[in-house]
Amino acid sequence: MDFNFTEEQSMVRDTVASFLRDKYDFDTRRKIVSSDAGWRADYWKAFAEELGILGASFSEELGGLGGGPIDNMIVMEEFGKALVIEPYLGTVVIGGGFMKHSGYAGAASVIEGIVGGTTTIAFAYAEPQARYTWRDLKTTAKKDGSGWVLNGHKAVVVGAPFASHLIVTARTGGAQRDAGGVGVFLIDKNLPGVVTRDYPTVDGNRASEVYFENVSVPADALISEDGLDLVDRVIDEATAAVGAEAVGVLRKLHEGTLDYAKQRKQFGTAIANFQVLQHRMVDMFIEVEQSVSMTYMATIKVEEDAAERAKAVSAMKVRVGRACKFVGQNAIQIHGGMGMTDELAIGHYFKRASLIEGLFGSVDHHLKRYEALSFDAAA
Amino acid sequence: MNLDFSPEDLAFRDEVRAFIAENYPAGLREKQEEGEEMAKEDFLSWHRILAKKGWVAPAWPTQYGGPGWTSVQRYIWSEETARADCVPILPFGINMVGPVIYTFGTPEQKERFLPPTLSGDIWWSQGYSEPGAGSDLASLKTKAERFTGDDGKEYYLVNGQKTWTTLAQHGDWIFCLVRTDPNAKIQEGISFLLIDMKSPGVTVRPIITLGGEHEVNEVWFENVKVPVENRIFEENKGWTCAKFLLAHERSGIAGVARSKRGIERIRQIASTELGDDGSALIKDPMFKRKVAELEIDLTALEYTELRTLAGEAAGKGPGPESSVLKIKGTEIQQRITELVLEAAGHYGAPYFRGFPTDGDNAHPIGPDFAHRAAPTYFNVRKTSIYGGSNEIQRNIIAKMVLGL
Ligand SMILES: Cc1cc2nc3c(=O)[nH]c(=O)nc-3n(C[C@H](O)[C@H](O)[C@H](O)COP(=O)(O)OP(=O)(O)OC[C@H]3O[C@@H](n4cnc5c(N)ncnc54)[C@H](O)[C@@H]3O)c2cc1C
Ligand SMILES: Cc1cc2nc3c(=O)[nH]c(=O)nc-3n(C[C@H](O)[C@H](O)[C@H](O)COP(=O)(O)OP(=O)(O)OC[C@H]3O[C@@H](n4cnc5c(N)ncnc54)[C@H](O)[C@@H]3O)c2cc1C
Repeated sequence: MDFNFTEEQSMVRDTVASFLRDKYDFDTRRKIVSSDAGWRADYWKAFAEELGILGASFSEELGGLGGGPIDNMIVMEEFGKALVIEPYLGTVVIGGGFMKHSGYAGAASVIEGIVGGTTTIAFAYAEPQARYTWRDLKTTAKKDGSGWVLNGHKAVVVGAPFASHLIVTARTGGAQRDAGGVGVFLIDKNLPGVVTRDYPTVDGNRASEVYFENVSVPADALISEDGLDLVDRVIDEATAAVGAEAVGVLRKLHEGTLDYAKQRKQFGTAIANFQVLQHRMVDMFIEVEQSVSMTYMATIKVEEDAAERAKAVSAMKVRVGRACKFVGQNAIQIHGGMGMTDELAIGHYFKRASLIEGLFGSVDHHLKRYEALSFDAAA
Repeated sequence: MNLDFSPEDLAFRDEVRAFIAENYPAGLREKQEEGEEMAKEDFLSWHRILAKKGWVAPAWPTQYGGPGWTSVQRYIWSEETARADCVPILPFGINMVGPVIYTFGTPEQKERFLPPTLSGDIWWSQGYSEPGAGSDLASLKTKAERFTGDDGKEYYLVNGQKTWTTLAQHGDWIFCLVRTDPNAKIQEGISFLLIDMKSPGVTVRPIITLGGEHEVNEVWFENVKVPVENRIFEENKGWTCAKFLLAHERSGIAGVARSKRGIERIRQIASTELGDDGSALIKDPMFKRKVAELEIDLTALEYTELRTLAGEAAGKGPGPESSVLKIKGTEIQQRITELVLEAAGHYGAPYFRGFPTDGDNAHPIGPDFAHRAAPTYFNVRKTSIYGGSNEIQRNIIAKMVLGL
C-alpha cells in the first residue's frame, strides 16, 4: 500500500502549480474567459513545449514521459485549483484515452500532435435525448464507399470552439439504444457539413452544439465500428479525472471559506467563532477529504477490469457529486452576500463545482450504475 | 377545525381567476414562467393594473387603500397569482415601508407617501445592510447629523454606505436605518429615514451577481441633505420600526404558493424531458422520489403557515415563529431550482447570455426551460442569506421560541 507520489509525479505537480501560480491568477482567468477566443492558445503551447505536461500521461513507446492516470489526476487537480479552461480533459484524457486503448492505426501520429500541442480534441458524445446513456444515439454513420457519412446533433460539446478535431460517437448499426453498433470517429472539425454554434458555459468555458449535415469522413477516421466498451472505458477515465479536478475546486472552496470566516467580523467577533459555522466547515472538510480518498481509489482502479473500474468510478462520482453540492453551497452561505458576487473567486468555484456534479453523470445516474454493478450483477 | 373554503371564498376565488385571466398581460406570463429577468416596466405594469383595481396591497387596512380581505382571501390571492405566473409585487413598498408608515407615521407622512406607494409612482429601495453590518444589522454606521438649514428648517446630513440594495438602480426613494446618536447603546441610536434618491450626493453603483444579473447595488451617501420631516417615528427609535418591518419581511418569505407552482413546473418539465432509460424523467424512481419529498415538505410548510395565519387572524402579530417559515420556505425554493437544473442535464451548462445572435433557428441550443436553470439555481442561494440568514433565523428561534 502506498499513497505517495513518485519523484516524476511530484515534479509534474510542481511544474504545473508554479506555472498556474504565476500565470493563471483569478484576474488573468477572468480576462481569458471574457476574451474573444475564450482560451489562451499560447498557454497551451507552453504546456506542450515549456512544461512538457501534455505527454506526462502517455507511455514512452507512445512518445510520452511514461506516466498514466495518476499524472492526469495530478494535472487535473491543479487545473481545478486555478479553474483552468484549456482543454486538457478533452485532448489528453479523452483524446489520448481513445488513442491508447483502441489500437487505432493512426494513434502514434495523433498522440504526437497531442503531446506537441498542435492537436486539440473535443468529445462529441452527448445527445439531446440521451441524458447519461452514452449508447443512446440518433447520430448515424452510414457506409459510403470506403468512407462514412455522418448525420446528427451533438449537445454541449465542451471545448469544441478550441478544438482542431472532434471524437464523435455515431451509430454504425443497430437501433437507437442498442449496445452494439456504437461507432467512434476522429474527424477534422473543419470538414464540410460540420455546423457548430458556439457559446459560453455558465462556468466560464466554451462549448458548441455540433450538427453533422451529410459529413463525408474518410475511412481512416474510424476508431472503432463497435466501440461501446471503449467509450465506457474512456468516459470512466475522464470521470476519474473530473473527480481530481473537483478535488482541486473543493480544496479552494474550503480554504477560501476558512479564510473568509476568520477575517469577517459580525457581532464583534470573527464569524469563524460561531460554533454552528465551525461544525459546517468541519463537515465541508470531511467532504473534501473523502473526495480525495475516493479520487485516489478510482484513479488506481481505472486500469482494472471493466466491472471493477466502473464500480469504483461510479462510487467516486456519487461521493464527489455530493461533496460538490454541500461544499459549494455552504461556501456561498458562509460568505453571506459576498458569496453571491461575481467579483469574488468563491462564486466561480461554486459554479464549476455545480457543473461537475452533472458531468459524465449525476449522482443519481452513478448510484443506479453502482447498484446495478454491485447488486444486480452479483445476483 | 376544518379545511374547507366557504361558498363566499369559492366565489372570491372565481372572481380573482377571472380578473387575472382578463387583465394579466400574456407577455409577462411567458417571461415569468421562463424565469427571465424582469425590466422595471414589467414590474410596474402589473403593479399599476392591480393598484387601479384596489388589489395591490392585500394586507393593508382599508383606510389606507387595502381591499379589506380576510386572511383566507389573501391566501387565495397568493395561490391564484402564483398559479397564473403573475409577476410578484415588489415587497419594498407594499410589504415593508408601507406598513411602517401607516403604523408609525404622522398623518402628513401617511398622506404624502402611502398613495404613491400604492400607485407605483414611488419605487422603494431598502437601505438596511452595510458592508460592516449584515447579520449584525444594529452595528450600522451610516450617520445622520442634525443641522439647521439656511432656510431655517431642520435637516439631517447623511453620510455613509448601504449595500446589497435590491433594484436600487430603479429606485425613487430609499428607506434607511441611520445612526443619529453615536453615543447611545447600539440599538438605541438608530433612526428610520426616508431619502429621495434624486437628492444630490446619492450614488448608486451596481454589484453583479453569480448568474450575471444586475440585481443589487451599493448606495453611497455623501453629505445628503434630508429634511427632518422625512424621519418616521421618534429620533433614535428607528430600531422599533426595523424590528416590526423584519417580522413582516419574513412572513412573506415562505413563498408557499410560488413553490407549489415551481413543483408543478418541474412535473411538466420532467414529463417531456427524458431520463436515462429513454422514458419520461418523471418516471425515474429517484427523480420522482425527490419531487415527492419536496411536495411533502411543502405541505408541511403550507399547514404551518396556515396555522400562523389563523393565529394572526386571532390577533397575534407575526412573531418569531415566522422564522420557521423563512427557513423551510427558502430551503424548498432552493431545492426546486436544484431539481430544475438536474432535469436540464447537459443543457444546464450553456450560458444563455452568450448565445449566438445569428438568428439561426434551425440549430437550437437546448430546451427553453433550461436556459436559466443554472443562473436561477445560483441566484436563489441568496434566499438563505438575505432577510436574516437562515443561521440567524435559527438563533432567533433558539432564543425567542425555545428560550435558550
Ligand atoms: C456507550 C457509552 C460508552 C462509554 N464508555 C466510556 C468509557 O469507556 N470511558 C469513559 O471514560 N467514558 C465513557 N463514556 C462516557 C462518554 O465519554 C461521555 O458520555 C461523553 O464524554 C459525553 O459526556 P456526557 O454523557 O456527560 O454528556 P454531556 O457532555 O453532558 O453532553 C450532552 C450533549 O451536549 C453536547 N455537548 C457537550 N459539550 C458541547 C460543546 N462544547 N459543544 C457542542 N455540544 C456539546 C454533547 O455532544 C451531547 O450531545 C461512554 C458513554 C457511552 C454512551
Ligand atoms: C441578493 C441579495 C439581495 C439583498 N437585498 C437587500 C436589500 O434590498 N436591502 C438590504 O438592506 N439588504 C439586502 N440584502 C442584504 C442581506 O440582508 C445580507 O446579506 C444579510 O443580512 C447577511 O449579511 P452579510 O451578507 O453581511 O453576511 P454576514 O452577516 O457576514 O454573514 C456571513 C455568514 O455568517 C453567518 N452568521 C453571521 N452571524 C452569525 C451568528 N451570530 N451565528 C451563526 N452564524 C452567523 C451568516 O448566517 C452567514 O452564513 C440582500 C442580500 C442579497 C444576497
